[in-house]
Amino acid sequence: MELLDWGEIFMRILARFIPVWIALAVTFGLSIAGKRRLGLYGKLFDSPIGMAGFALVMFWVFTGILGGAFDMIVTHDVLAQSAAMKNEVPGTPYTKMIGTVAEGAYPYYLLGGDNLGRDVFSRMVAGAWEVMKIAPFATIFAFMVGITLGLPAGYYGRRLDTILSFLANLILAFPVILLFYLLVTPEIVATGIPVYMAAVLFIFPVIFLVTLLQTRFFTQTLKRNIYVAITLVIGLWLYLGIAWDADPLGIVSFPPNLLVVFVAVVFVNAPTVFRIVRGLTMDIKTRDYVAAAKTRGEGPWYIMLWEILPNARGPLIVDFCLRIGYTTILLGTLGFFGLGLSPESPDWGSTINEGRKLLSIYPHPALPPALALLTLVLGLNLLADGLREESLRD
Amino acid sequence: MIVFILRRLGVMILTALCLTFVVFFLTNLYPNLEKLAKTQGNFRMTDEQVASYLRKEGHLEPLLVKYGQWLGVVPGTTYQGEDGLTGTCFRGTQSAEQVAARPRFCGILQGDWGFSTRFRAPVSAIIAERLGLTGILMFWVMLLMVPSALILGVLAGMREGSRTDRALSTVAITTTATPEYVSGVVLIAVFASSAFGLRWFNGTATSAMENPTFWNFFLPVLTIALYGTGYIARMTRASMAEVMTAQYIRTARLKGVRFRDIVLKHALRNALIAPFTVIMLQFPWLLNGVVIVETLFNYKGFGWTLVQAASNNDIDLLLAVSVVSVFVVLLTQLISDIGYVYLNPRISVT
Amino acid sequence: MSDPTYDGPILEIENLSISFFTRLREIPAVMDFSCVVQPGEAMGLVGESGCGKSTVALGVMQDLGVNGRITGGTIRYKGRDLNGLSQNELRKIRGSEIAMIYQEPMASLNPAMKVGKQLMEVPMIHQGVGTAAARKLALEMIEDVRMPDPERILNSYPHQLSGGQQQRIVIAMALMSRPSLLILDEPTTALDVTVEAGIVDLVKDLGRKYGTSMLFISHNLGLILDSCDRLCVMYSGEAVETGSITEVFDEMQHPYTQALFRSIPLPSADKNARPLVAIPGNFPFPHERPPGCNFGPRCDYFQAGRCDAQEVPMARVKGDDRHETRCLRFREIDWSTPPEPPIATEKARIGAPVIEVDALRKYYEVAANKLFGRGHKQLVKANETLTFDARESETLAIVGESGCGKSTFAKVLMGLETATAGKILYDNREIQDIPIQRRSTATVSDIQMVFQNPFDTLNPSMRVGRQIMRALEIFGIGTSEAERREKMLDLMDLVKLPREFADRMPRQLSGGQKQRVGIARAFAGGARIVVADEPVSALDVSVAAAVTDLLLEIQRNNRTTLLFIAHDLSIVRYLSDRVLVMYLGHVVELGTTAQVFAPPYHPYTEALLSAVPIADTSVRKKRILLEGDVPSAINPPSGCPFQTRCRWKSEVPGNLCETEVPPMRRLADGHQVKCHLSESCFGQMEPVIELAARPGSDGQ
Repeated sequence: MELLDWGEIFMRILARFIPVWIALAVTFGLSIAGKRRLGLYGKLFDSPIGMAGFALVMFWVFTGILGGAFDMIVTHDVLAQSAAMKNEVPGTPYTKMIGTVAEGAYPYYLLGGDNLGRDVFSRMVAGAWEVMKIAPFATIFAFMVGITLGLPAGYYGRRLDTILSFLANLILAFPVILLFYLLVTPEIVATGIPVYMAAVLFIFPVIFLVTLLQTRFFTQTLKRNIYVAITLVIGLWLYLGIAWDADPLGIVSFPPNLLVVFVAVVFVNAPTVFRIVRGLTMDIKTRDYVAAAKTRGEGPWYIMLWEILPNARGPLIVDFCLRIGYTTILLGTLGFFGLGLSPESPDWGSTINEGRKLLSIYPHPALPPALALLTLVLGLNLLADGLREESLRD
Repeated sequence: MIVFILRRLGVMILTALCLTFVVFFLTNLYPNLEKLAKTQGNFRMTDEQVASYLRKEGHLEPLLVKYGQWLGVVPGTTYQGEDGLTGTCFRGTQSAEQVAARPRFCGILQGDWGFSTRFRAPVSAIIAERLGLTGILMFWVMLLMVPSALILGVLAGMREGSRTDRALSTVAITTTATPEYVSGVVLIAVFASSAFGLRWFNGTATSAMENPTFWNFFLPVLTIALYGTGYIARMTRASMAEVMTAQYIRTARLKGVRFRDIVLKHALRNALIAPFTVIMLQFPWLLNGVVIVETLFNYKGFGWTLVQAASNNDIDLLLAVSVVSVFVVLLTQLISDIGYVYLNPRISVT
Repeated sequence: MSDPTYDGPILEIENLSISFFTRLREIPAVMDFSCVVQPGEAMGLVGESGCGKSTVALGVMQDLGVNGRITGGTIRYKGRDLNGLSQNELRKIRGSEIAMIYQEPMASLNPAMKVGKQLMEVPMIHQGVGTAAARKLALEMIEDVRMPDPERILNSYPHQLSGGQQQRIVIAMALMSRPSLLILDEPTTALDVTVEAGIVDLVKDLGRKYGTSMLFISHNLGLILDSCDRLCVMYSGEAVETGSITEVFDEMQHPYTQALFRSIPLPSADKNARPLVAIPGNFPFPHERPPGCNFGPRCDYFQAGRCDAQEVPMARVKGDDRHETRCLRFREIDWSTPPEPPIATEKARIGAPVIEVDALRKYYEVAANKLFGRGHKQLVKANETLTFDARESETLAIVGESGCGKSTFAKVLMGLETATAGKILYDNREIQDIPIQRRSTATVSDIQMVFQNPFDTLNPSMRVGRQIMRALEIFGIGTSEAERREKMLDLMDLVKLPREFADRMPRQLSGGQKQRVGIARAFAGGARIVVADEPVSALDVSVAAAVTDLLLEIQRNNRTTLLFIAHDLSIVRYLSDRVLVMYLGHVVELGTTAQVFAPPYHPYTEALLSAVPIADTSVRKKRILLEGDVPSAINPPSGCPFQTRCRWKSEVPGNLCETEVPPMRRLADGHQVKCHLSESCFGQMEPVIELAARPGSDGQ
């Protein structure tokens, strides 16, 4: 078979992404149709920048889910090596061994092969799934930690604020890469320190949710008890499973090397969220509706969680988008330095790292993941920009 | 003002102590020490051999004692070996008389930064040399990044919503979305690989350590600068756009001041207050960029040393690296605070 | 530039229309607006927020921003059409021929540039003079605006000056080039009354001195009366009536002008005998203006089929010079008929004391450095020995300028702060040391508060009904969600809001409606004491009257004790039974409304009364100007707090005022004054406000 030319490669890639195009079209069609009823999300579709960002982000979200979880877009097994395909250029016909055409397999390596003869295209698609598995959740956890600590620091001020801010600055003063090098190593995993850190960090969402419900419903005892009990059962079950790997039912478990990556990323992100929440809280707590809540005798946590937090949501949503992008970059950094994830992993950082060694001769294995990461983060940044602009309007 | 600086210095030292202790704690965990012993000795050492090696090197003392020794507030310990004394304050085996003649304390307070197990050289010498190399890199990065970012930001923010603004903002967003390991790879692939045929620049900067030229140094400098440029430019733009809607700009306009003078005389100083702080707080992030770029371009500076020290658990070197980087970060914070006071007459620190 | 022989009007605006363009639609902000300003004349532009008065000003300056555009009409300055000028030509006129001053003085000055440089810039641009000459001009100008120590002022940054000083600098800057036209857009709204009075006098004097014409924009009719020769009343983008001050104030020819005057608390108003008449309905949104007369739907004289059938043009009022009105029926309406005889209510019977405050003090410690809270601490004496009581069903007004400690007292009473010394007895129980978390639910729901800023008083992300229900929940009212919802709807009825508003978000409500929700929330637990912290000061006059009346009605029915915190003496005179005047944390005067508003006064009360603008041509006021600004509570003056600004100080022998805090003296039954002045001095005091006898006004 002949080498594909660039036009053919392009068309075939477009064709592989057909499920993603369909999903995107459906999402956009529904959203634009209902944009007046969808609040801030709907307003996003008034801003070209926001729409472009949203499209880029959703492209990779769908690619990650459909390709990673449902095995749809990938053309070859991401781990399968082929001696014949080592460093072959994009569009090379696929052969398992030199000369033998594989039956039933996709006939081309669309974006060529890497130095072990794996399919670059499939690895790029699978890399999206690696990001989707970690980045959003790590960011949510970082937000929970940052919010739970930032609210009281901003609300009470004084010594509590001094101490918490000092700790946050301490972490922020630490060079991120040094922290990763110290924390994300097999030796540290062996000591169990990540588990303890996870134990501390991951209890925050449970505390957060329970306080949220308790303050809202404490006047209605029965309702409160039901809600809090449900939250505690589910929360603690997940907590035991994720942080301690001790799920009594044996359903939830978290591989230790993934846990350490997760913890490290949350740890690095939380202080910044803390600082943002603290600043917003200090601003909002001077409003009259906070004073009104105080004068009817509301507790401090009700005021923080129900009067202040909902009104800080605008800047927080914008930052959330930016922070997922930042987390994606951090995950790439980890991969780039070969930390944490297994060396076989198709995540973008590791792939870039492998590809860079022969970069000046074979750029094709490193470029697709690099551009993939670039477009996803760019999409998130544009999305944040669009949201910010729209939330400031009228 | 002096009280303020002194207080900030106090916080800095406290922060540095906390951070070095954390580094110290993490590097001195037993699995890490075991790894160190095996890389120093050989990988087939038995557990007893490892333990005796560690004892001989003083690694099995209590953590706080070791930390005190490193700081230089606790005297170094010595161990009786078969053929003389070994200790934490000197290398190799020495006789009792030799040891007695040496100073008992040997921590950073005495100016002794320890010995690198990875490079087999005194840490202070390594740090000085590597820091110098990185200094050159950073100098050029700053020279490229700060002016271009400020100009970009001011031009974009001057007339918010204009076509110039849209175009420049998109550029700025794109560069902030491009981490160094992506932009570096793309730049090398495009400008230094055979694939595109544009072999304009060198794909490595190893030769730049001896003799930096435009051809071997521009790509790494550009790679670091790109990310920061976008970020600072966006901050400047936001700040400039905000200032341009301020009442006092309207006052100036209604006073009959021409647009150029409004921007230069009235808006600029106010608009630069926020980005100034941002530029200074960029240093921790620039350090990341330095590590990535030095690794990518094989430029053996401070960042490269950090990677080497960390991947070999070279405790003394790693601690020195953390101390230096923490101080760089905190110093820039201090400078940013002081500069903020000078830029912004509304804040007074007394 | 300008033709020296020109002697026509300075500014002629003819049929001006201005629109703003948004993504969705064109929003007309000003329609068919005409006015003429003659040389040396001061023209007032009055209207409620959103009526387009500031847009007119910016239109004259040709500075409407990206979205605004002049869609019709002409603006002629000394005969030249400003609409056709290039940017370059405009720049030469701005600052030198036409200058503008606006609301926030702090925001109008460049924070990073010394005051001197900002002043010197003007002659350097327009007259092309050198630095030295410009500096000399600036020094002269600073003296002209009556500021001490001009050299020091020139070398300071704006933030180092007080609000009043900043506004003087802004005025100086505007007058640097001796403009022929000065536009003032609410120049004193952000300032305290006593400072405001000084600024208004200054502007008037300088205008006279330099022969400057003025366009004075304000929502305050009293201020317009004090400072202008003519005025133009605007409503919803249109001028509705224009004429000389006396004509419009005394012989108004438009229903809106009339309604406006009936809704502001003039000295002749009284909450029981002659209550305010609020204008029904709401100000229309610019994109939802009714057909025909814009005021039609709210007008008492509205005739369907006539008023809403055609655009209403401006019509000349016969016999009067340049007096015009935009009303079809002005010739048919009998303008002298008094308003519908209002439902006069009986004066409420005042009951036993509910709150007794005894020698209450509240000091704050402010750390000199914020980082660690170390260093020497400074004491802010927010409240000094407050002693008074408040009775059931009574309205006690607490009056004072910003920083006098009135809000601090409210915080201590509410339990948001605890007292430093002294007592607050509520039903004979001491509550001054019990923070709100430890107060019983009954106490908390008994003492409630209505806040100042309507845009801040409701949580923007919670539905209106939910917010009231939350208060019910906390106060333990109702056993089920349904019961509380029913109760909440009752409360909506109580504050005269449609029930369906319960499911709206606060941003869908207007300022007055939000304030009503705030009142409903305060009365949710059947409050016995309500602290109203300037509840209507941020509202437009027509809305304020309605909200005030609502508050008083609920108070009357519930026999609530109302502590009304205000800086506006007009409204205080209207609604309060007793008045407490505060200055720098001290109660300087306490008495019934009649006692406080008539001599003998405390010297501060005297100055305060004289400073309040009153929109009534029959009122004769004595001008008493206070020097300087309110001193800082961190570093209060020794002795009497008011001694630094008091005009009676020379009457007190020795240096008593500087060394000793005066005792509280009883001048009459229930009338107390904190002053060293002798009885004879008090006896000499003349009334500050006098009402000239006029038919139909019974005075007070």
